[in-house]
Amino acid sequence: METALKFLADLFSNHTLRTVGMGAVFLGIANGVLGSFAVLRKQSLLGDAISHAALPGIALAFLLTGSKSAPVLLLGAAAAGWLGTLFIMSVVKNTRIKYDSALGLVLSVFFGFGLILLTRIQRMPVAAQAGLDTFLFGQAATLLLRDVATIGALGAAVLVLVAVFWKEFKLLCFDPDFAHCLGFPVRALDILLTALLVTSIVIGLQTVGVVLMSAMVVAPAAAARQWTDRLGAMVAISAFFGALAGGAGALASSVVAHLPTGPTIVLCLSAIVIVSLLMAPNRGLVWGWARERLNRRRIMVDAVLADLHVLALRHEDPGHGHPISVLRTMSLGHGGVDRSLELLRKRGLVRKTEGGTWSLTPDGLAEARRLSGKGDEGP
Amino acid sequence: MTLSDGGSPAIKVDDLTVAYGDKPVLWDVDLEVPAGVLMAVVGPNGAGKTTLIKAVTGLVRPVAGTVEIFGRPYAEQRRLVGYVPQRSSVDWDFPTTVLDVVMMGRYGGLGWLRRPGRTERKLALEALEMVGMTEFAGRQIRQLSGGQQQRVFLARAIVQDARIYLMDEPFQGVDATTERAIVELLKEMRGRGKTVAVVHHDLQTVPEYFDWVTLLNVRCVASGPVDRVFTEGNLRLAYGGRVSYLTHHGPGDALSGEGDG
Repeated sequence: METALKFLADLFSNHTLRTVGMGAVFLGIANGVLGSFAVLRKQSLLGDAISHAALPGIALAFLLTGSKSAPVLLLGAAAAGWLGTLFIMSVVKNTRIKYDSALGLVLSVFFGFGLILLTRIQRMPVAAQAGLDTFLFGQAATLLLRDVATIGALGAAVLVLVAVFWKEFKLLCFDPDFAHCLGFPVRALDILLTALLVTSIVIGLQTVGVVLMSAMVVAPAAAARQWTDRLGAMVAISAFFGALAGGAGALASSVVAHLPTGPTIVLCLSAIVIVSLLMAPNRGLVWGWARERLNRRRIMVDAVLADLHVLALRHEDPGHGHPISVLRTMSLGHGGVDRSLELLRKRGLVRKTEGGTWSLTPDGLAEARRLSGKGDEGP
Repeated sequence: MTLSDGGSPAIKVDDLTVAYGDKPVLWDVDLEVPAGVLMAVVGPNGAGKTTLIKAVTGLVRPVAGTVEIFGRPYAEQRRLVGYVPQRSSVDWDFPTTVLDVVMMGRYGGLGWLRRPGRTERKLALEALEMVGMTEFAGRQIRQLSGGQQQRVFLARAIVQDARIYLMDEPFQGVDATTERAIVELLKEMRGRGKTVAVVHHDLQTVPEYFDWVTLLNVRCVASGPVDRVFTEGNLRLAYGGRVSYLTHHGPGDALSGEGDG
């Protein structure tokens, strides 16, 4: 408790923590929004390819300029990420290699090249190279205020463009052929949306790292999809989840020594995804499971009622009692006769006779007739 | 058939050739469709029916040939042509509602930056009423049956208010009642001067539903009024003599429609 309070106090007073938290929240929002579109277009893995492909761009940008400033490295990352995307598109278009194979190909080739460059840089005798390897798994603690400013500015630009082209992007994701026939330049919109995705991924690389960045794209959107059936709400919830996981993960990794940020954020995201998969209304697995249990129970109860009805039909007196063993035999395979009878008794549909046998009440008889679809005829 | 726009046909296709790889799907197709007809596009599997529609709308790039809409290139007339894709072409689990999908038909008319508002909403609701889907306006599209999905697509086409409609198998996987309803709707559209071309599979119903027909099998076998073009000879040319339809109906009694098969 004390540590928690101290942490909160730190958060508001400590300049570094505030910077880190803000940066992570910004990139979480941007990726939550763009990730929603990527997931809906079934391009979840494109994010993975783009982030891995960005690594050689970062290394080359450093080798060429000797600078580690955020704009330079981000530009390199964006250029390489974009190049990777173009490679994927042209491989799919011009060869018989399918989309998923093209993704895997570009991802591993670019990433491998990036690792080679990174190893070379590590061995360079200058001190300036220190810290480039944090791009692998991310280190939020390395965020400076001017990095956060860059992240914030680019993130804001991405969000504004999404807002401006909202209806076009929605149409592009749902039915691109129809968009074409309405006169929209589908290719240009596709390029714009992909460029925005590249941008939002690139601004997250320093914090989250190239290896796990795709989680930041896919997980918030996949979790958000569970909670809503509206695109606007999905994008908003996804942005919120991204901000939450980004902020929490970045802060935790800054406070605890030697905790890489990327994996920490991924753990936060996993928790959000698991809760969403299980608990979200309608789509949540828990509710689905509960609904199914409830339905099954209802059917079993109805079956016992119907059995009692069948027995009642064989007797002059509908109120005649029947032993539970007979009912058990009749509902062979249904099981739970005792519980069903108890539930029916609570609803006033059956009663237990003095001899310990069971019979339908008048209400129960009416209900059983209704269930059997015979209305008011019958015995 | 009256021709509008100074006598230009609604759709004029010249020398259209489309190939996937080295395999020609459409070969040197010439086609003229006058305005105000309800046309069936029929032909065996792989005849290029869907490709023809996609080539007319520029979704598939032809190797050769031109497409004119009311006498001008398609690129200039895109807004005049409504396209109803196959139901299976979109993800019906997309997070959106029926009303929202129908309003998408207005996006072209809205242009950039403007958001759909009250007018678009009203038009969409009217279109939903025309297709008998008013009560589904607020539904998530995942909850629709196949026939309902088709009606939503038709409503979206209606609000687009195009002059020519190209529909890819609107009767696929819908029940008989829905098929009747759709046919009534198509005839009503024709009545309002629209030109409608429909990729169709059921030869039985061609004379009953349509007044114009194009028989396709990579090449354009024949195209014209149903009573003149929908003949045994032409069907044999298009289907290669494997049409049981021919053994029961002569070309003259084609209008009896609902016969055995």
